[in-house]
Amino acid sequence: MQALRLVKVAGKSIIKNKMRTLLTMLGIIIGVGAVIVMVAIGEGAQFEIEQQIQNLGTNMVVVTPGAAQTSGASQGASSFSRLTPEDAKKIKNESIYSANVSPVFSSFRAQIVGGEGNWRATILGVTPEYQVIRNWDTTSGRFFDAREERTGAKVVVLGKTIVDQLYGDRDPVGERVIVNRVPMQVIGVLESKGQTADGNDQDDFIVLPYTTARNRILGRWSFMRQILINTYTPEDIPLAQEEVRAILREAHGLASWEADDFEVRNQEQLSEAAQGTTEVMTALLAAIASISLLVGGIGIMNIMLVSVTERTREIGIRMAIGARGSDVLTQFLIESIVMSILGGALGIALGVGGSTLLGSTMGWATAVNTETVVIAIAFSGAVGIFFGFYPARKAAALNPIDALRFE
Amino acid sequence: MSEIKEVIRVLDIRKTYEMGKTKVHALQGVDFSVREGEMVAIMGASGSGKSTLMNIIGGLDYPTSGSYFLDDIEINKLSKNQLADIRNQKIGFVFQGFNLLARTSALENTELPLLYDRSKRVKKHSEAARHSLERVGLGDRVDHFPNELSGGQQQRVAIARALVTNPSLVLADEPTGNLDSKTTVEVMSLFQELNAEGVTILLVTHEDEVARYAKRIVELRDGKIIRDIQQTPDIAAQDLKELLATRANDQGIEELEAAEAD
Ligand SMILES: Nc1ncnc2c1ncn2[C@@H]1O[C@H](COP(=O)(O)OP(=O)(O)O)[C@@H](O)[C@H]1O
Ligand SMILES: [Mg+2]
Repeated sequence: MQALRLVKVAGKSIIKNKMRTLLTMLGIIIGVGAVIVMVAIGEGAQFEIEQQIQNLGTNMVVVTPGAAQTSGASQGASSFSRLTPEDAKKIKNESIYSANVSPVFSSFRAQIVGGEGNWRATILGVTPEYQVIRNWDTTSGRFFDAREERTGAKVVVLGKTIVDQLYGDRDPVGERVIVNRVPMQVIGVLESKGQTADGNDQDDFIVLPYTTARNRILGRWSFMRQILINTYTPEDIPLAQEEVRAILREAHGLASWEADDFEVRNQEQLSEAAQGTTEVMTALLAAIASISLLVGGIGIMNIMLVSVTERTREIGIRMAIGARGSDVLTQFLIESIVMSILGGALGIALGVGGSTLLGSTMGWATAVNTETVVIAIAFSGAVGIFFGFYPARKAAALNPIDALRFE
Repeated sequence: MSEIKEVIRVLDIRKTYEMGKTKVHALQGVDFSVREGEMVAIMGASGSGKSTLMNIIGGLDYPTSGSYFLDDIEINKLSKNQLADIRNQKIGFVFQGFNLLARTSALENTELPLLYDRSKRVKKHSEAARHSLERVGLGDRVDHFPNELSGGQQQRVAIARALVTNPSLVLADEPTGNLDSKTTVEVMSLFQELNAEGVTILLVTHEDEVARYAKRIVELRDGKIIRDIQQTPDIAAQDLKELLATRANDQGIEELEAAEAD
């Protein structure tokens, strides 16, 4: 009952000093808004990466070079490892559970000259099975075949963006392009996969046989990024992983006491790894934004302290007519809590609005969840209590005679 | 006379302020009592200890030594919270500077003591406050803010606020210090009226003009009582009537003169 009346008193005081209230809340509004936007961006990025991994295809197993870093201890310089096309061939020949196998060579920003001009794009060196694994279609022409792979034929399949840049509306199949000074023939155009939600062009690359890529463009000692494998069924995935591991250990001549010098992961494990990094990113963004919330809290304390001094006479009057120290403390504490929760609510509105705006104008994936909102409200309430307590106690400790004499 | 209740009894009250190494003996052994229904003016030169005495009687401060009873409760033995409750329920304060809350209506200002009334004697706050404002003649000003009221009206709101809890005692420290002579007489007339209704009033003043409306004068000098006399008070309402008549007269003459000049 008494508390309810004090809430009313605090409410009146807040309404009677609109400007002061707004200034007090500003820090919290911005702080909470920032936290929500940052977390939304972080979660959006997580969702994005998840999508990309799902887009890789189905029933996928990925082999990458290098020891797993799980034990923390590095295997030492001697364990520098490579994957070779022979590894991929061995898997292809010996694995029962693997349906399609392709080595993946790649290079960023290769120079492509043809049609109307030139362009820089990623090149991918793979086998025809790669098309099956990724489930890609061609809109014109065809993908290269096993014979072309074997012979290292100078043929390329273009992504949609390359076609747009170099040929406009023209069909480039049959045309010649020069990739890093090597003339090649265009045999197909890939179906567009559009952009990712964060604006990454998924069509800005060319594909060619890995043999050609290795021999003509990247060089014999070029680095093989991965071996991409798919299985017939999802149930086969763990079996394939074990099998591939055994095959590669044998191929690399590893003794039983030696650790793997490669990693075999499925999609789930890939996204777990990616999730780990984006979670760190989200936490970092949230931490930075939390600092602004802290600054907002200090702002509340600052203005509450000024307000206590400014209202010394008011406090004196209240005490003279019978307010106890605890009444004054409660009044100021409630004022501070109400202001910070109100600020938190406005901050949520700002944060949700800001995330939506960022999402639509910048093309960033953002995701606001209720959890963040609830935490933001609770946190701003806590900020109000924490930073309101000191000024409130100062008010309550005033001596009524001195307070009344205060000019 | 002896069956009339003593509201205040002060026994050998001393108050010493320590300011660094120097000590100020603001009260040096004050003994006196006030009975229900009295209207006492405490007089004395500036620095004689009037406010110090009022603060102790009002439960805002503790004496250095001596004892003080209000309604037979030994006030100087109470805790700060108990003191706050005593101020709330037994005492009504009126200050020289009015001390109303700004941007707060007369009604809300008057209600304020009820907010802190833990005894919950008064149920309907705004009704009680309205009645209190009517008592001081401001029934038509309940929604006005302090800055929309004259000094005399503000002081009357403060008096209404002091009365709203039906206190045993109204304390007023230089209540007319900020008012002009006509308003002073108005406020004193109101105090006399309330006193006639049974309210015990203790007021501090250094002006004879004000003290002559009290039934009793207690004079302080250097923290001691040097004079304590009963007197027949002048009637403020009467003075006010005369004052208004002279003013009207003066105004009439002015008007006449103005008419003659035409
Ligand atoms: N808080 C205080 N600290 C120190 N000295 C004080 C304080 N309050 C009053 N005094 C001193 O006590 C004496 C009495 O003051 P006061 O009661 O205010 O007198 P009055 O109200 O009659 O003018 C004065 O000398 C004054 O300076
Ligand atoms: Mg004084």
